[in-house]
Amino acid sequence: MENILVFIYNNREPIFIIILSVFLGIEVISNVPSVLHTPLMSGANAISGVIIIGGIILLGHSDLTRFSANLVLGIFAVLFGTLNVAGGFVVTDRMLDMFKKKKK
Amino acid sequence: MQSGINAGDIILELSYLIAAILFVIGLKLLSHPESAKRGNLWAASGMVLAMITTLLLHRDEAGAGIGLSNIILIVIVIAIGTVTGTVIARKVKMTAMPQLVSFYNATGGAASALVALMEFSNPENSSTLVTLLGLIIGSIAFSGSMIAYGKLDGKVGDIFAPVMKYLNLFLLAVMIGVFAYMLIAINIPQWFIYVLLTIALVYGVTFVLPIGGADMPVVISLLNSFTGIAAAMAGFIYQNQAMILGGILVGAAGTILTILMCEAMNRSLLNVIIGAFGGGGVAAGGVGETGNIKEISVNDAAVLLSYSRKVVIIPGYGLAAAQAQHICSEMDNLLSGNGVEVKYAIHPVAGRMPGHMNVLLAEADVPYDKLVEMDDINPDMPKTDVAVIIGANDVVNPAALDDPGSPIYGMPIIKAYEAKNIIVMKRGMGKGYAAIENKLFYNDKTRMLFGNAKDSIQKLVTEIKGL
Repeated sequence: MENILVFIYNNREPIFIIILSVFLGIEVISNVPSVLHTPLMSGANAISGVIIIGGIILLGHSDLTRFSANLVLGIFAVLFGTLNVAGGFVVTDRMLDMFKKKKK
Repeated sequence: MQSGINAGDIILELSYLIAAILFVIGLKLLSHPESAKRGNLWAASGMVLAMITTLLLHRDEAGAGIGLSNIILIVIVIAIGTVTGTVIARKVKMTAMPQLVSFYNATGGAASALVALMEFSNPENSSTLVTLLGLIIGSIAFSGSMIAYGKLDGKVGDIFAPVMKYLNLFLLAVMIGVFAYMLIAINIPQWFIYVLLTIALVYGVTFVLPIGGADMPVVISLLNSFTGIAAAMAGFIYQNQAMILGGILVGAAGTILTILMCEAMNRSLLNVIIGAFGGGGVAAGGVGETGNIKEISVNDAAVLLSYSRKVVIIPGYGLAAAQAQHICSEMDNLLSGNGVEVKYAIHPVAGRMPGHMNVLLAEADVPYDKLVEMDDINPDMPKTDVAVIIGANDVVNPAALDDPGSPIYGMPIIKAYEAKNIIVMKRGMGKGYAAIENKLFYNDKTRMLFGNAKDSIQKLVTEIKGL
């Protein structure tokens, strides 16, 4: 129990951000028209590619002079993260293009 | 950061703040049709900004920046990923969109799981709790999304065996057990993390396998929110606010979408996950609802449509499966040209992902003001001359309204039965996903047009032109 309290105390800032982000997320997304469900999901999916930052940090500080499992994992983490980011944003853009051309 | 504050650190943290703001604004703009495209670009630019500043300015605990050779390696990997991701996203057919979204979701989950896996062995990382959570959630998001991808692509079948329910509960219990043990125990052997990873990966597979096609919109948005939460857990490890905020935003957005989809089916999330369709309710539902099926010839259907004032098209997964959206739009143009008012009635869970029908019809150049949501079109149904149902079934089944014994009882539907005439395009007399009779097909006003939707509409178009 004490461990949990210490954990909460030590991490109060990220916990604050998490709780506020939940409300922000709900607020920002509510009342989306169903026309946009797919692009919104796909765009949000691309944002979850923010894990790429973690990949960059890990691969950035890993030792390149010797081969290690972590090096390989790091390369894959960055690769997968990039796929998520690039693919996600591009595919969302393509979907939205289809919606846009009809407005004229 | 022992070496005190320096300009690089300040710029880096500021860039994370800006990236986080761009994510929020981007997501906000994405939820309005006029600004959606801009929103996507804003969010993307936030991501690019955070990536560049991390690469150039991030320093480890000892204060060392990222070395030049590491930067070169990362840039190469990112270049490969960007080119591959962009090419796939540009080349894939629009009808394969649900698969593609699942695939990209899987890559995000995989990246989160890998980061957590590496961080677990990092002695400077003190938060075992979030690391393990990130690993578990990321792994489930990865393997679950891959199975969803396989299912949507027709490569993986559904497994409805009742044993799956118990297997899933068992795996879940074991996973929580191992997770709890790793939190409490001191000096856990390294291989434990691989046990946990394996269980989570297997659970992702067995969790999605029994979920049927009609429930896919729920699962896809749920997995989407998992990926976000996994990324946020990693942000916790690095005390990186942009990652936490971005991840949780996605998690919250995905959860809301999941709840919306569940509401559209009048089912609880638990019910979808455990998979209660096709269980005991079937025997009770739709008993003896047989009667005469009346077919219609293509010629009669063409005449009926051409001389109507108001036609409502109700599309379902069959339209996507037959790739009939373009020919459907052609028929719409033809009829509209003859002065017929054509609208589309969109059920929130029609298709295989949230908003599936909207994207599909948008691809075929159907203006989006013609796409009407269920609640807005239902009051107009009695005034509708012809309701044309293309590859939809459960979303128009009146049993949802009046048969308490039916498994879909309580689900909101499009009231096609109120139209003056109903044409149902269907491949055969197979039942919908819920495997229950649809008495709409036996309605006196209903005429069946059997065959592949694309072929049927093609013939209709030819007939209408010839009139």
